[in-house]
Amino acid sequence: MKSKISPAVLRGSALALAAALALTACGGGGGNDAGGAAPAEVSADDVQAALEKGGDLTVWAWEPTLEKVVEDFEAEYPNVDIDLVNAGTGNDQYTALQNAIAAGSGVPDVAQIEYYALPQFALAESVQDLSGYGAGDLQDTFSPGPWNSVQAGEGIYGLPMDSGPMALFYNTEVFEKYGVEVPTTWEEYIEAARTLHKADPKVYIANDMGDAGFATSLIWQAGGKPYTVDGTDVKIDFSDEGSTKFAETWQQLLDEDLLAPISSWSDEWYQGLGNGTIATLSTGAWMPGNFTSGVPAAAGKWRAAPLPQWEEGGTASAENGGSSLTIPAASEQGALAYAFLDYANVGDGVQTRIDGGAFPATSAALESDEFLNSEFEYFGGQKANEIFAESARNVPEGWSYLPFQVYANSVFNDTVGQAYVSDTPLKDGLKSWQDASIKYGTEQGFTVSE
Amino acid sequence: MTTASPPPATLGTLPKPAKRAQKRPQKRSWSGWLFIGPFMAVFALVFLAPIAYSIFLSFFRNQLVGGNGFVGFANYSQALQDPQFWSSLLRVTLFLAVQVPVMLLIALLVALALDSGRLYGKSFFRISIFLPYAVPAVVASLMWGFMYGTRFGLVGNVNNALGTNLPNPLSPELILASIGNIVTWEFIGYNMLIFYSALRVIPKSLYEAAEIDGASQFRLVTAIKLPAIRGALVVAGIFSVIGSFQLFNEPAILQSLAPNSISTYFTPNLYAYSLSFSGQQYNYSATVAIIMGVITMVIAYAVQLRGMRKES
Repeated sequence: MKSKISPAVLRGSALALAAALALTACGGGGGNDAGGAAPAEVSADDVQAALEKGGDLTVWAWEPTLEKVVEDFEAEYPNVDIDLVNAGTGNDQYTALQNAIAAGSGVPDVAQIEYYALPQFALAESVQDLSGYGAGDLQDTFSPGPWNSVQAGEGIYGLPMDSGPMALFYNTEVFEKYGVEVPTTWEEYIEAARTLHKADPKVYIANDMGDAGFATSLIWQAGGKPYTVDGTDVKIDFSDEGSTKFAETWQQLLDEDLLAPISSWSDEWYQGLGNGTIATLSTGAWMPGNFTSGVPAAAGKWRAAPLPQWEEGGTASAENGGSSLTIPAASEQGALAYAFLDYANVGDGVQTRIDGGAFPATSAALESDEFLNSEFEYFGGQKANEIFAESARNVPEGWSYLPFQVYANSVFNDTVGQAYVSDTPLKDGLKSWQDASIKYGTEQGFTVSE
Repeated sequence: MTTASPPPATLGTLPKPAKRAQKRPQKRSWSGWLFIGPFMAVFALVFLAPIAYSIFLSFFRNQLVGGNGFVGFANYSQALQDPQFWSSLLRVTLFLAVQVPVMLLIALLVALALDSGRLYGKSFFRISIFLPYAVPAVVASLMWGFMYGTRFGLVGNVNNALGTNLPNPLSPELILASIGNIVTWEFIGYNMLIFYSALRVIPKSLYEAAEIDGASQFRLVTAIKLPAIRGALVVAGIFSVIGSFQLFNEPAILQSLAPNSISTYFTPNLYAYSLSFSGQQYNYSATVAIIMGVITMVIAYAVQLRGMRKES
């Protein structure tokens, strides 16, 4: 249920900063001097003691259901006073956080960080290794995808808050109108794309203008592992089987102009989802809330289905989005901050957040009947959580993002995106993305190989 | 050239007061600083200090692995060999060469039309042409971005209604022209106002004299009005040069609509922004910003020199 926000809004709000940048690039120095390398040893008793003693905590997060969690937490532990700050969504927040860390002041005690961005913060030692707090014992608490995502090297750098196991959302009205079966494999997906677009040239199977998160998720589902990370040794290789599968399949959709050139989270996108122009959407389980709020006109028309497979009869899925709560290295209230993390992501907070519409990362919640049986009014009463939970169990292990994925994603459209607007093959686009990432990684001091 | 250099007479008189000051060395007054002090403090804090800090930053390189280190001019030599930097610079130069003349010419024609006094509803025109400038660039870009949409936007509507197949203004081939259109729309009114106010201060007696000589309207424009507002043209030209090199808002906003047409290094400012906020390359970003600052200064100065030479 990670809420997304249109890039236009993100950029718009960053403009004030950008204006200041015009002549005088805004500075951020060190950040490597945090020195929080060795995990602090904090026992459960220490955490409990900190709770009783109380104090003030600052939490930077944009996840909407946390508000209620904070309220409940303060009610249960009256000595603790939490200041929940929305410092921006995604990149905006990371920028603010990086600036605060570099400046050495105003750093929050708890910060929400998405899985793909976490390695970057972990590497810079900007966030604390939570294994010293006993987070290592939580392995069985979380589903494998999110749990894998909060680890980097030997450390555990956050507690998973939510996750985005992928599903196929489709517009039943469109599919029924043209008598097309809901695709179960990507082959069928292309077939369906052709049939729909032929029947009505205005209908597209999906919109796509090149989205790094989406592409990497599908490669993940295809069993690809383009990124291998071992400390500061990084290998980037988009010629593996999974990546090739993705490139070849998606190339067909591009060649035949079967993808609507509409960027996600734009006005056109919401309209397209509402009026049947965009027939399907393959994304994370946090999407339903966005459907309800952003596409109210199409209520009852959409359904969820398992993500189409690369192999017939397969079950593999992937994660798309999702975030963790972390404790920045500069926080001096580690024990108390950990108590909050534990409450929000393992303890009572989990149910509060599910009730608020979040998609949890804990196995127990995912398997509870209450969760599985909840009916989505928007999806015509469908018990969509069953599909999402199944998807969460089927996320292939061993995927890792780059320790500089935030940067890599930012140049996706410079490189891979060219396949969407020119004759450049997708495969070549991936290769130039690989080259750009390698170049950046090398400049940043990593040992990068192909 | 003559107007650009300070009058020599003033320089010549300087030594005299200096001699007088020798007789009464104690009597130096600091009260002037009291008045200029607050300005100087703010100026130093928000203008000089950031520039100094940027220059300082540009001599270092902070890596994700390996930390911060002094690298001398390495960032500068990297920037000068950076194809992405050059491509962005080339793009704004092309933009400057095409968009600025078009914009200034239209603004000039509008200003002359308003000044001719032969227009009905003059104040209405004046306000409506100036109005786009009052719209913030971000809003203007969003608005135009919507109109450029080939599916649900104005272009799409026209295509649907007339069955036409207009080219996509957001495609990589047309995006620079589309941005030029937005910027022109935004700034015609602003430049028109500069020209118009310059036209208003031309002494009426010149027109009367011309009329007695039997000059046509066209002669009035070429022989009196244009030479009289050359200073304003130069000023508007310099502002436009600076504006073009600083192009940021419009591409940054349109990027979300056309991510494959507008790269992260579409303009030098966008490049500096991306380097800093996506790549955490603050040092390199500062370097790019400083180089751009210097280039902008040089070109703006060249425009000024050229404008003044014509005048003499």
